[in-house]
Amino acid sequence: MTATPTPTHAQAGSRAAVPAQARQSSGRPAAPAPSRTAPAAQDRPRRGLRGPAAGRAFLLPMGVALVLLIPLAAAFPGAGSWPAALAVDLSGPLGRAGDWIIDHRDSHPLFLYFFGHVSNAVVVAVRAVYVLLLAAGWTGVTALAALVAWRLAGIRLALTCAAAFAACGLLGMWVPTMQTLALMAVAVAASVVLGALLGLAAGLSPRADRLLRPVLDTMQILPAFAYLLPMVLVFGIGVPAAVLATVVYAAPPMARLTALGLREADAGVMEASASLGATGRQRLLTARLPLARRQLLLGVNQAIMTGLSMAVIASVIGAGGLGDRVYQALASVDVGAALAAGIPIVLLAVVLDRTADAAGRRLGAEPVPLGEQHLLRRVFAGWYGRLLTVLTAVAVAVAGRMAGTSVWPESWTVSLADPVNSAVAWMTDHLYSGVPVVGGTADWAARFTGWILDPLRSGLQAAPWWLLLLLACALALLAGTWRTALTAVLALAAVGVLGVWEASLDTLSQVLAAVAVTLVLGFAIAVGAARSARAERLLRPVLDVCQTLPQFVYLIPVVALFGVGRAPAAAAAIVYALPAVVRITVQGLREVDPAVVESARSLGATRAQLLRQVQLPLARPALLLAVNQAVVLVLAVVIIGGLVGGGALGYDVVLGLAQGDLATGLVAGAAIVCLGLLLDRVTQPAKEA
Amino acid sequence: MRGTHLRRPLRRRRGAAVLAAATGLAVLTGCGAADMTRQASPYAAAEGAKTVTLSVQSWVGAQANTAVASYLLEHELGYRVDTVQVDEVPAWDALSQGRVDAILEDWGHPEQEKRYVEGKKTITRGGDLGVTGHIGWFVPTYFAEAHPDVTDWKNLDKYADQLRTPESRGKGQLMDGSPSYITNDKALVKNLGLDYEVVFAGSEAAQITQIKQFAKERKPFLTYWYEPQWLFERVPMTEVKLPEYTEGCADDPEKVACAYPHTPLQKYLNTRFAQSGGEAADFLKKFRWTKAQQNEVSLMIAEEKLSPQQAAKKWVERNENVWKPWLT
Repeated sequence: MTATPTPTHAQAGSRAAVPAQARQSSGRPAAPAPSRTAPAAQDRPRRGLRGPAAGRAFLLPMGVALVLLIPLAAAFPGAGSWPAALAVDLSGPLGRAGDWIIDHRDSHPLFLYFFGHVSNAVVVAVRAVYVLLLAAGWTGVTALAALVAWRLAGIRLALTCAAAFAACGLLGMWVPTMQTLALMAVAVAASVVLGALLGLAAGLSPRADRLLRPVLDTMQILPAFAYLLPMVLVFGIGVPAAVLATVVYAAPPMARLTALGLREADAGVMEASASLGATGRQRLLTARLPLARRQLLLGVNQAIMTGLSMAVIASVIGAGGLGDRVYQALASVDVGAALAAGIPIVLLAVVLDRTADAAGRRLGAEPVPLGEQHLLRRVFAGWYGRLLTVLTAVAVAVAGRMAGTSVWPESWTVSLADPVNSAVAWMTDHLYSGVPVVGGTADWAARFTGWILDPLRSGLQAAPWWLLLLLACALALLAGTWRTALTAVLALAAVGVLGVWEASLDTLSQVLAAVAVTLVLGFAIAVGAARSARAERLLRPVLDVCQTLPQFVYLIPVVALFGVGRAPAAAAAIVYALPAVVRITVQGLREVDPAVVESARSLGATRAQLLRQVQLPLARPALLLAVNQAVVLVLAVVIIGGLVGGGALGYDVVLGLAQGDLATGLVAGAAIVCLGLLLDRVTQPAKEA
Repeated sequence: MRGTHLRRPLRRRRGAAVLAAATGLAVLTGCGAADMTRQASPYAAAEGAKTVTLSVQSWVGAQANTAVASYLLEHELGYRVDTVQVDEVPAWDALSQGRVDAILEDWGHPEQEKRYVEGKKTITRGGDLGVTGHIGWFVPTYFAEAHPDVTDWKNLDKYADQLRTPESRGKGQLMDGSPSYITNDKALVKNLGLDYEVVFAGSEAAQITQIKQFAKERKPFLTYWYEPQWLFERVPMTEVKLPEYTEGCADDPEKVACAYPHTPLQKYLNTRFAQSGGEAADFLKKFRWTKAQQNEVSLMIAEEKLSPQQAAKKWVERNENVWKPWLT
């Protein structure tokens, strides 16, 4: 169905096409979107109809109030920052908490009998997988991956799989790839188990669902950097902290999809099974779970993708593997080496995602009659087929070992570093400045900073705090209900209470500017791609790479092009958020009823008219979703922005981790969560409120 | 089996379940208390060799130390070496827990020293690295030659205009680097009353990239930087004189108004490793080289883009007389 690592999953798409796409396309944080795209659209469709109407009723007085208040605000200059009396300083208690952990870590029973064992169990598990992968050797691993892919999806994916693993070896990254794979296997397994348990609770009890929803939201929006530090304090640097941080991030999608699957179970089937006298547990095991298996599988897929996106971030706390190679390459400003370690991450994502996707589609498909299958497929069918797959892989592994090539031979590697580095050098030599007519990238960056970022930041920081609260309230009412408005206002107020008002507004200005550029570029590209299937095909691999390539890899190129500051931070965010916007928009435009388009065309509408008056209005829900995703994804890269001079909250989070300063890191992280909530609420399409 | 379960009284069933779970956990994790001070990497010693884990910090000098130490440990002493890249403060924490065995280049962390070396005694001093580190403010030499008076902080304000960037809010830009580095720059700018804005590049990689970009265009810049650093070989820089460093002048982070000290860089070992680490621990204690030697390796890594292993190999082949004594 698709050649992307972030496919659309027809089965989910048939019910909630666009939301499913959104879930998919956000390789990293699909953050709050899943919580209310698919699930909310389905289980609470009616409330949305009431919501916006109620919101609109408030709007007029709100507008009048704003008009009256703005001159008032102008009359009180200096009311810009959040009043100190309303702020709480958390650095004392948080600092003491950090010290307590360090001082009691080696002696307190909580650590000796609980965290210590958790930590050891993780190490034992990762080690077991790693040793197994090394023992299988590159021949065994590649063979097993290809055979599994072939069983699930056919020969093309099998070849892709084998090629992908070979590429990891060719790039000289075999051992780090296996380390990452081992870590991922354990982290994803733990995420799936934890997510399924949480999802089970949320799916069976509406009360648990209400309780869990904000928890899951926080787990996903809180920047990983912010909770790496508590993880490090409790577990120490290295694999256990990395695995558990990944679980925090990768479990929510699984939980959400499990809950969704359980709640969606066909009422008729449930009724029938109840009338046959099945007990609650029997119904769960024989009817509900099997009916939800597609969502479960999609959840596994999402856990894999989100888990992989953490691979590099986890390396900051010593997780090793590919992420560590990317990170170490940065130290010597070596883009080529960083890319060589980043590519296997992209390849792993593509291969794992497509295999999981194929497995998902097989669940839905009618089995092909045995007689019509290819002979080889018939041999590999059924449980003995599974056995045969494993045996074949073992045989290949043994053969490989006997041939003495368990580790990828060093002479079979290609160095990517030199060509890439010279390409980057050429790019920065020729594009940085002095390009005729359009100006160099440095000039663009300066203009973007001076004309867009600066006015936006000074505007936000100079505006009185209560005016911004009112504005947030008005915008949220415009988009949703009084409830979303309340959340938005509280989220913004929380930023002030946490004592990071100024930094948060700085970050907010960067996010808004980056979102604007993302949307302009994304819509333009999408309109082009929606018209031409060929353009879309060409675009697809580019989008895949943008989405799955670890952002650390392009840190240096963006600085080389745009200089240190907020402009490269915005550029990195745009690169990351653009694919989701393009994908959602293209899909939205494509799904516009062809009959409507045809009739408009027959009435003599030009292409421009068609786009403006028919396609775009009809695709409005998709466009709104694209806006929402752009916001969420840009926000996810704020930390990366901190690494290239973006300053503000992103820098604070990085500083917190680097200096072991629990207060700075956590407070800035919490502020990012609040901004996420605020922006999500004011951009979220009304019908899904 | 199931039938017997159902017939049992409820309490006994639950008791049995708890017991089973507890036994399971104990068997799984090897009874009793887990020792948080003894935590190894799951990737260590996969081939059954003796393993040493070294921490690497994000600058190339630290990579050079680790590369040469690893090379000698692997090729001369038969160890397997794991390296973990981690920021300085978390590295101290990791050292105290035994996740890493040694830090080879520490720029002075009094708070951590007090806590771990003197207090908990989980970390032991490993002696001087032999290299002296110094942090300061630098301008490119081409700029200092054109305007010799820029090298005194008192004249910096004259040049603020030329050092303005889009990020410096109308003032001159003083570029700082990674958030993990020791810096007083914000306080310094304020306490010296300079017309400058500290702009944090956020990572050393970003800072170096920007410096190289400035140098390519021969633009003036003012940056926080440190020695020893390989970049000096590519972009010659001259230090700006700050008010002289005196003992204790930087103790109050709010009032600091003096230069950074010259710091003999230190090695630190995990205490348990220092006592029972055998040849590896002895070797790491004796490891000591000069700034020039470190820079030689750093340059190979950063400029010639050799892998740290290749760079170490080249250096080791050329400098046998230097490293032979470390092994005895």
